[in-house]
Amino acid sequence: MNDWPLWEVFVRAKGGLSHRHVGSVHAPDAELALAHARDTYTRRLEGVSLWVVPSAEIVASDPDQAGELFEPAESKIYRHPTFYDIPDEVKHI
Amino acid sequence: MKDGASTGSARTEFGLASTTLDVRTEYLLRLGDDALVLGQRLGEWCGHGPVLEVDISLANLALDLIGQATLLLGEAGDGDALAFHRDVLDFRNCLLVEQPNGDFAQTIARHLLYTTWQHLLLQRLTQSSDKFLSEFAHKAVKEVAYHRELAADWTIRLGDGTDESARRMAEGLDWNWRFVPELFEVDETLQAAIDAGIAPDPREVEEEYRSAIAAVLFEAQLEAPADQRPILGGRRGHHSEHLGHLLAVMQFLPRTYPDATW
Repeated sequence: MNDWPLWEVFVRAKGGLSHRHVGSVHAPDAELALAHARDTYTRRLEGVSLWVVPSAEIVASDPDQAGELFEPAESKIYRHPTFYDIPDEVKHI
Repeated sequence: MKDGASTGSARTEFGLASTTLDVRTEYLLRLGDDALVLGQRLGEWCGHGPVLEVDISLANLALDLIGQATLLLGEAGDGDALAFHRDVLDFRNCLLVEQPNGDFAQTIARHLLYTTWQHLLLQRLTQSSDKFLSEFAHKAVKEVAYHRELAADWTIRLGDGTDESARRMAEGLDWNWRFVPELFEVDETLQAAIDAGIAPDPREVEEEYRSAIAAVLFEAQLEAPADQRPILGGRRGHHSEHLGHLLAVMQFLPRTYPDATW
């Protein structure tokens, strides 16, 4: 059983919210991965919906590329929409 | 062997209404003791599961069952006293639930055979004329539906797995198979509960049970064990030696230190 694949677990806490990554489980197949995720991560009413994804299917960015991928955004604060004056008449923004 | 039904002298200490048990109390004890004993059995896996995920999974099943036992025995009388201070002859559980865990496959075989029956029974118990039992069944039937599903999933994977897992699964079924007929036995007490509209008649679900188990075994590529001489008597307090050992572990602390508190 040590060769069971790893599955990433995502839980939707309640309707309207996105699924959030909560952890991982080992399981021999998708159906039991859902069962293990249910038993491990939703025993205390944490969720209304579950996703499990084979960890091997996750495509991750390379930590060595963090510089080129993410640092260029640091100097571009104008990308945050905080430089506009909102007229008082406009609600709900 | 002493008949448990005649040992009524100490009944009042358990908060039971009278020394002669009425049909409803007797039925509550049967259902409650099934849940308590199977819950304790599954709890024995805690810290010993084959992998961490299965360990948590089995503990969850155990906790569901202990929760059911708390409701049922609490309705019958003083739940804690009934669980921790009753002697083995007064337990009313079926023989299947007290069978030893064995390996993981034997535990799964026992769980499949019991919870498939329990699920079919609880579906009908929701229609009980007794308000408590009907409400209890509505709550518990969802838990048990999951138990049944999980036990079937594992039976299929072990049966249709490696040579070793298939052999172990077949041996687990073989061990537990002779205790199935007791699930459908109707004695005088149960007949009275059925006549009163409190309890469903288990014989009405036997055919559905047999075909449900056969469908799981077919998918698991397992042969049903040959029918063996049925072993009966748990409902009357005639238990296998395994229950005494289980109770010794479960009852030791409250019996040795009756005033102990958390």
